[in-house]
Amino acid sequence: MAINLDAKIPSGPIEQKWNKAKFDYKLVNPANKRKYSVIVVGTGLAGGAAAATLGELGYNVKAFCFQDSPRRAHSIAAQGGINAAKNYQNDGDSVFRLFYDTVKGGDFRAREANVYRLAEISVSIIDQCVAQGVPFAREYGGVLANRSFGGAQVSRTFYARGQTGQQLLLGCYQALERQIDAGRVKMYARHEMLDVIVIDGRARGIVTRNLVTGAIDVHIADAVALATGGYGNVFYLSTNAKGSNATAIWRAYKKGAAFANPCFTQIHPTCIPVSGEYQSKLTLMSESLRNDGRIWVPKKQGDTRASGQIPEDERDYYLERMYPSFGNLSPRDIASRAAKRVCDEGRGVGPGGLGVYLDFSDAIGRLGKKTIEERYGNLFEIYERITGEDPYSVPMRIYPAVHYTMGGLWVDYNLESTVPGLFVLGEANFSDHGANRLGASALMQGLADGYFVAPYTIGNYLASIKPGGVDEDHPECRLAKEEAEARIQTLLGIKGKKTVDEFHRALGKIMWDKCGMARNAAGLEEALPQIQALREEFWQNVTVPGSGAEVNQSLEKATRLADFLELGELMVRDARVREESCGGHFREEYQTEEGEALRDDEKFCHGAVWEYQGSEQAPVRHMEPLIFEHVHLTQRSYK
Amino acid sequence: MKLTLNIWRQKGPNDAGRIVKYEMPNVDEHMSFLEMLDVLNEDLIHKGEEPVTFEHDCREGICGCCGFMINGLPHGPQRGTTVCQLHMRQFHDGEELWLEPFRAKAFPVLKDLMVDRSAFDRIIAAGGYVSVNTGCAVDGNAIPIEKQSAEMAMDAAACIGCGACVASCPNASASLFTSAKIAHLGLLPQGQAERDRRAVRMVAQLMEEGFGYCTNTGECEALCPKGVKLENIARMNRDYLKAAILYREENASAGGA
Ligand SMILES: Cc1cc2nc3c(=O)[nH]c(=O)nc-3n(C[C@H](O)[C@H](O)[C@H](O)COP(=O)(O)OP(=O)(O)OC[C@H]3O[C@@H](n4cnc5c(N)ncnc54)[C@H](O)[C@@H]3O)c2cc1C
Ligand code: SF4
Ligand code: FES
Repeated sequence: MAINLDAKIPSGPIEQKWNKAKFDYKLVNPANKRKYSVIVVGTGLAGGAAAATLGELGYNVKAFCFQDSPRRAHSIAAQGGINAAKNYQNDGDSVFRLFYDTVKGGDFRAREANVYRLAEISVSIIDQCVAQGVPFAREYGGVLANRSFGGAQVSRTFYARGQTGQQLLLGCYQALERQIDAGRVKMYARHEMLDVIVIDGRARGIVTRNLVTGAIDVHIADAVALATGGYGNVFYLSTNAKGSNATAIWRAYKKGAAFANPCFTQIHPTCIPVSGEYQSKLTLMSESLRNDGRIWVPKKQGDTRASGQIPEDERDYYLERMYPSFGNLSPRDIASRAAKRVCDEGRGVGPGGLGVYLDFSDAIGRLGKKTIEERYGNLFEIYERITGEDPYSVPMRIYPAVHYTMGGLWVDYNLESTVPGLFVLGEANFSDHGANRLGASALMQGLADGYFVAPYTIGNYLASIKPGGVDEDHPECRLAKEEAEARIQTLLGIKGKKTVDEFHRALGKIMWDKCGMARNAAGLEEALPQIQALREEFWQNVTVPGSGAEVNQSLEKATRLADFLELGELMVRDARVREESCGGHFREEYQTEEGEALRDDEKFCHGAVWEYQGSEQAPVRHMEPLIFEHVHLTQRSYK
Repeated sequence: MKLTLNIWRQKGPNDAGRIVKYEMPNVDEHMSFLEMLDVLNEDLIHKGEEPVTFEHDCREGICGCCGFMINGLPHGPQRGTTVCQLHMRQFHDGEELWLEPFRAKAFPVLKDLMVDRSAFDRIIAAGGYVSVNTGCAVDGNAIPIEKQSAEMAMDAAACIGCGACVASCPNASASLFTSAKIAHLGLLPQGQAERDRRAVRMVAQLMEEGFGYCTNTGECEALCPKGVKLENIARMNRDYLKAAILYREENASAGGA
């Protein structure tokens, strides 16, 4: 099957592309909108915003999430902030600068036109959220406050204490509830999407499992949007919520939606280190802490003195030393690798030597404890609750952890996948962050996609088709439903000896060791058969208690892990073929003398787009060439 | 440390439940409470028994999924802490704990420690928003907001919708939850236009869901993991009283459809 990787980038100068596209899009007559139905899977920032806006426009929307309420999507956990090129600080910010920083931050592996549009829309997002009543931080004069984030030299991050994601999501959730009340959106909470239904080459619906009753149902629509978040949980331990999963995008991939750059994973530099075998997730300490915290390790190897006993001149503030102009605010991939390097050198702190200090004593001395408390109080509390240590008196210990996946389903400029009628929004797509995402840019992308892009592009798609035409009894629907039911029965029937979590931890270990912060050919080649063997063992030896006709959390985990076990393999394949280092993808064979990522623009200035070929054959790798007309390809430097 | 757990087990919404005793011989003080239950569940699965169902997602104290009673207290003994953030160092060797679901008529039990809190969504749907469609907003700085109002609105908006206030209340009232949203939006200029409508409609929904009346016992404030304050209930009552006099639901037939 030939796949079409036409990105459909509008012609004309980059500043005018989005306006031109909006003008060229076909419109659905207002009176006809309610005849069209759209399924939105996911109610995070991307899905919630899209469902609410499509409802406002008059379409017939069905929205789905697996939690008990749309308000609980993983976006709620975002702490630090959201970027926008408002230039309220008058510090030289502009749409072009945000665009430039994002392309450079992504190590030149994103599509320029998409990133430009994102920067352009960022401005309207803040306005929209303020209008909804999102309580952003304010200055005394009543205007909006900003802070700085990694990878930028201007202050363009808007925030609501350390709960920015929560407040943005609640804004979006409230808009969604308003549409639910108005009868324009029908909400299906506690529903897990298990498959996409493709009929005559178009996405026409989904198969879901009701997580309370276990009922497997088919839902039909004229278009389907997936906004199901990232797949960082393939590593088992990550900063993602426990339920975050890849099932929706993975099933779509197996139905023909190409998957781009699966190996691009972001490792966040500031997380609370692992404390024991029982560890179930990792907790992020927002990057905003790096505004005032200084990162250091002892200069000496194996120095086991308490932090306070180590004199100033025996400390290595390694980020400030290696990257003097960005210092503690170096981008995430760089800061994470630097932490790994000093720990690999035997200079790490805390149990197992897997940690570095994030020290606020200077800032407390300079600004006073009260200011620090105002800025980061809730983060300090979280830290203390988890570790039992008080970060006002001893430095925090932090270590990198899996945080975000830049890869995802391939989409064109319209956020449409290679399956017509299947749109992909938010972290679930691959579109804007290239090989590394800058802090505070995921919230921006989710809301840009959901509020301002997808409602237009989905409308354009709908205007080109007739509504309706299939129903739940269509043979494809029945087949997809029967397959989903059969898979569940198989999982329940194995009755093996190992729990789902045991398999998940094993997969996570392979992924972290061989396809994590640093990768090399030998390791990746070992990982492939290891994952395949683990998958085989899973289908022989997993045990899933209970039945399919009730709340069954083990079963939920099992269906998700079954997909992670396949996705992990694709990530390893992608990492193996990409023989360069870029952003979060660090191949040890390809580095500069100073240990920085060494891109190979001759061979790899493209998006790697994988096409499924059935379970018996290896997937095919296609390429979407990337052309940089506005930001010149250079080696990233934050020195 | 060693702990004894007495956990409410209930197969489904229509089944009778009962307390079952489990011994936990080896609990690490650095574990979170939910990690301790993970260990129990792994053990139960290996023994061929069904694991204990409890809700959770973020495990960072922000999504509001988690929550059950530990020794009669929602989210357990540590103030200002959701059960996912509670760590075992808060307990001591040999302790016996009782784990039960949140109890309220409006929160039916679905299984074990999991309850149905969808009533909260319906309360928000009744009016917990600012009616502003995407695309019709003015510039963010065109609406200056006093820092103090923004901070107070944020204090109320910090509610995670966990339901602990209901579970802690002898009347199973959802006033703290409802008032948090009414106060959040009522403290901001953006929320003024619909202030009356919001109060009337949200309070009506609150009643319809079968939550009890607020008699100002104050348990909710003491046990809310996010420190949402009782003063919000006073704000809600004031808004409601005023609106009950002034606000009229639009007459649907007047303008035609
Ligand atoms: C701890 C943490 C802090 C962060 N901080 C920041 C920050 O400060 N700034 C920033 O810009 N970004 C931050 N991020 C990243 C950002 O939060 C996410 O990338 C973003 O919120 C993702 O939004 P989304 O709408 O794409 O998906 P999500 O919010 O993950 O939503 C996914 C939705 O899909 C649903 N879903 C998933 N699978 C299924 C299925 N199979 N069936 C049915 N429904 C399904 C879920 O129920 C949910 O509603 C942070 C991330 C983490 C983990
Ligand atoms: S007011 Fe407090 S206890 Fe009640 S739902 Fe909100 S956060 Fe939970
Ligand atoms: S699991 Fe999210 S608040 Fe506890």
